[in-house]
Amino acid sequence: MLGLNQKDTKFLLIVVALTLLTPFLTQPFAESSGLAQFNAGYPDLMQRFAIYGIFAIGFNILFGLTGYLSFGHAAFLGVGSYSAVWMMKLLTTNVIPGIILAIVVSGLFALLIGYVSLRRSGIYFSILTLALAQMSFNLAYSVLTPITNGETGLQLTLNDPRILGVTATPDGSIPATHLFGLEMKSSAQWEVFGHLFTFNVGYYFCAVMAIIAFYLSLRIFRSPFGMMLRAVKTNQTRMSYTGLNARPYTLAAFVISGMYAGLAGGLLASMDPLAGAERMQWTASGEVVIMTILGGAGTLMGPVLGAGFIKYFENIFSKINDGVLHGWFAFLPDGLEDFVVFLIHPFVGKGWHLTLGLLFMLVVTFLPGGLMEGGNRISRWYKNRRNKGTDTDEGTPHAPKSTPHVAE
Amino acid sequence: MGILEVKNVGKRFGGLQALGDVNLSVAENTVHAIIGPNGAGKSTLLNVLVGKLIPDTGSVMFDGQSVLGRKPHEINQMGISRVFQTPEIFSDLTVLENVMIPCFAKRDGAYRMHAFETVEDEVDIVQKAEQMLLDVNMQDKLRMTASSLSRGDKRRLEMAMCLVQEPRLLLLDEPTAGMARADTNNTIDLLKEIKDSRDITMAIIEHDMHVVFSLAERITVLAQGTPLVEDTPENIKGHPKVQEAYLGQAHG
Ligand SMILES: Nc1ncnc2c1ncn2[C@@H]1O[C@H](COP(=O)(O)OP(=O)(O)O)[C@@H](O)[C@H]1O
Ligand SMILES: [Mg+2]
Repeated sequence: MLGLNQKDTKFLLIVVALTLLTPFLTQPFAESSGLAQFNAGYPDLMQRFAIYGIFAIGFNILFGLTGYLSFGHAAFLGVGSYSAVWMMKLLTTNVIPGIILAIVVSGLFALLIGYVSLRRSGIYFSILTLALAQMSFNLAYSVLTPITNGETGLQLTLNDPRILGVTATPDGSIPATHLFGLEMKSSAQWEVFGHLFTFNVGYYFCAVMAIIAFYLSLRIFRSPFGMMLRAVKTNQTRMSYTGLNARPYTLAAFVISGMYAGLAGGLLASMDPLAGAERMQWTASGEVVIMTILGGAGTLMGPVLGAGFIKYFENIFSKINDGVLHGWFAFLPDGLEDFVVFLIHPFVGKGWHLTLGLLFMLVVTFLPGGLMEGGNRISRWYKNRRNKGTDTDEGTPHAPKSTPHVAE
Repeated sequence: MGILEVKNVGKRFGGLQALGDVNLSVAENTVHAIIGPNGAGKSTLLNVLVGKLIPDTGSVMFDGQSVLGRKPHEINQMGISRVFQTPEIFSDLTVLENVMIPCFAKRDGAYRMHAFETVEDEVDIVQKAEQMLLDVNMQDKLRMTASSLSRGDKRRLEMAMCLVQEPRLLLLDEPTAGMARADTNNTIDLLKEIKDSRDITMAIIEHDMHVVFSLAERITVLAQGTPLVEDTPENIKGHPKVQEAYLGQAHG
């Protein structure tokens, strides 16, 4: 189906099912239960799963396949957001033109940055991307204030022309972002067995985009082009002595991943029409690196998992404050309770990055292939247990050692 | 005129004249060995031929066209393939993929973006690669990751990757360096087979005289960056200058 073999079709269908069912999956605990704070069924959080999933899928096409580690991809995310907001200021709050412009502009910007930084490889490439992205951030923050609105950030106002839309709604407010009339922020809610499920238009729009993004990346992974990108990662010397010019391949991968980032930026702006320079900062670039490595660079699902994992735990951990901790440990004697809260305090709330750092260290040390490797190890162990002796290793037909890269 | 004509090539590294004034002509469809003691400039010469180094003086013509100033991938596209001293393969890819990549390079040139076909759709290329691997007796290792191959198989794979492009000139830099005797003999057999079964010119740099005398039809002896003599293996064996410059020395 759709140019995919049976196994990949199954794989895509699983991804589709997962994204469509996210409102259920992220809401496992009843509202009234004490565990409700572990739910993640809020529209904006679910949107972020999908959006950062797209960002990481794109990043993985560059980093996972070619091995070129960019530390500046947030610049493309930011450019995407600015482009989309401008479209919503000038043209219409329908999200489609904004998203198209976001993809185009960030693609062109990636072409420029990639052209410059791909003259080097390894650490020099990484530093160049970092420097160029930091320059972009500083430009956005100060010099380009007329375009970016500086530190306040670019927003919709009641003075925007919006020539194809309306400047203001009849009741005098700024029009909401929509898809041909369907407002992004509108949601349907369904309450059942004490669970409150929210079906948000914005989320489903992002989810459809994410599925398309995933599908395209799957096609790239399976294509001769994807194979060439893996060849770049493995041995550039052999590549050039085989008559291949690695540069256009890496540049193409760079631009594609920049366009994915632009799409993610455009979607962020479509969900909340606002773009600030901090979206381009190096911490944001670092985040997508961590997502990809944590999930499993070079695997198809890894980056999505990594993005979901980080966005979920960011949400959970940063919500936990001392009050919540005291609530949890109230059963302990007072002195001990305070002590335990004191111990945990640095890891939650604002200290969530400390926890992320520790998790990242653990994963990189014990599971260099990321969460995907963890998943594969478990499933292999489970398979071995289930059919001891009979070697029906369906996943890897007559492969003493299959290629880890293209594995799901 | 030979398929490869090297004229007055000189290359200096700082104060060191690595190549003095090299003239070399390799005739089509022959195996031409270049021998010489360590530091004689053999690898430097090879690097000039493949575009990795640009000589200070002289010219290098391949099939009537100059190779100087061209990038390695452009020179490969002209029909020159190279086997390295330590095999350069795509170690994270499967054996089959390793051989498919040169097929793509041959068919599509230095760059073409096939992003929306699957690798399996390329039936012709898969078949060609499989046939090549059958020829070098690796048909049962198609799906293995190249890094898990034995040293000898890696060498075989690299040869297959070069041969599948049907190069007009195959350059080999010490293909048996560091190999056990059995592996060396296998490599000799493989090269003999290649030489007998197709129209190919080979220039081979080699330390091991056993290999050189089993394969070469012509030998150039290089010493201190200049060719001493060029002759047939029989004549080289008895040549006093060669004895003195090279064969008299212990291998090393
Ligand atoms: N890139 C380089 N920079 C400086 N000196 C070099 C370089 N490459 C080779 N040489 C020197 O040139 C001489 C010839 O080297 P090489 O061609 O590797 O010899 P061979 O392969 O015959 O052993 C040696 O003295 C070597 O040290
Ligand atoms: Mg050498």
